Amino acid sequence: MMDFEYLVVLLALLFCVIMAMIRVIRGPTAPDRIVGLDTINTIVIVGMVVFGAAFNEVIYIDVAIVYALLSFISTLFIAKYLEGGDF
Amino acid sequence: MLEILIYILLGIGIFFNVLAGVGLLRFPDVYTRLHAGTKCTTFGSIFICGSVIILGLKMWYQGSTDGSVLAIHTVGALVAILLTNPTGAHAIARAAHKSGVEPVGAVVDSLRKKSTKKTVKKKTEVKE
Amino acid sequence: MIAFIVTTIICFITYLLLTTGSGTMGLWSMEEFLFGFILSLIVGFVTGRIFVKEDFRMLNPVRWLTFIAYAIGPFFIGLAKANIDVAYRVITGKINPGIVKISPDLKTDLGITMLANSITLTPGTLSVDIDEDKNDLYIHWINVNEEALKGGSVDCKYICGNFDKWVRRIAE
Repeated sequence: MMDFEYLVVLLALLFCVIMAMIRVIRGPTAPDRIVGLDTINTIVIVGMVVFGAAFNEVIYIDVAIVYALLSFISTLFIAKYLEGGDF
Repeated sequence: MLEILIYILLGIGIFFNVLAGVGLLRFPDVYTRLHAGTKCTTFGSIFICGSVIILGLKMWYQGSTDGSVLAIHTVGALVAILLTNPTGAHAIARAAHKSGVEPVGAVVDSLRKKSTKKTVKKKTEVKE
Repeated sequence: MIAFIVTTIICFITYLLLTTGSGTMGLWSMEEFLFGFILSLIVGFVTGRIFVKEDFRMLNPVRWLTFIAYAIGPFFIGLAKANIDVAYRVITGKINPGIVKISPDLKTDLGITMLANSITLTPGTLSVDIDEDKNDLYIHWINVNEEALKGGSVDCKYICGNFDKWVRRIAE
């Protein structure tokens, strides 16, 4: 059973994700979309930490750490792809 | 008492995260959006993770081992966010500049002078 | 050899931090100790020469304490100021952007990385590119100060305050 305050926090984070998602869909250029995606990644990490606190399960936070490192690598890779040149 | 502190930290964190979303929608170009999307989410994450750390320390003080694990792992997640977020922003900004997105309404752009001298000269000639 | 030992120890500490509460020996179990130690040996052997580059000045604990003081004090205040500044600009929409060049005159890679990350997270500035020969940074500035542009090149103090002195104390 989840406490009420964490539900409120997660709904607010969902609202942030929706706003960033609008930027991903509307963004006129590719870098705009990546900025939105990067923001969504950070918010998802924070959301996982809040989930871990709400359910009192540490495994959510482990997943958050791994997700942070992997999303960082994917962001770097997309940025390098946009930049062009040799890898 | 600690409960109130936790709620205040959660509230500040949520405020800055929502601000990041609004900034992403309102600002005119990639670089200013990066300002909103990087700084505000990092600052908001510090506060939300801080509230979870305080919760874990409180549980630890009350005698549960889960609390210590929660606090230490949250510190790990926070360090991961703090290390990766500015580096990712830097990579995106550099990629945007190299792929030809220009800052809207820029007063000065020293980087463009350095990287693509010839094209800039041509453009200004055409304009004048 | 020192690089291998340092990397192994850092790996082992990280592994132990991430596996707290798994057993009865203190906070850990025997299997975690063994497996973590073997894993750290392998990682230290493979990545030691990438992680530490012929330069052991970061082993000095005084530098770590300076770093912690920097992260808690001036850096956090700068971060708070930056966010209030961005909040003001999000709400009012007043921006005056530009990309400027600064020469912080740092020599080590670690120092320039730390300064670039600090600049990205502090008021109104975002590092865009780096000149790798001279270690000059190109900064996107959300509210360009007209006074700073007069001299041709922009002075460090408008962008990063006294961060470069702190970074010099930590990493140089």
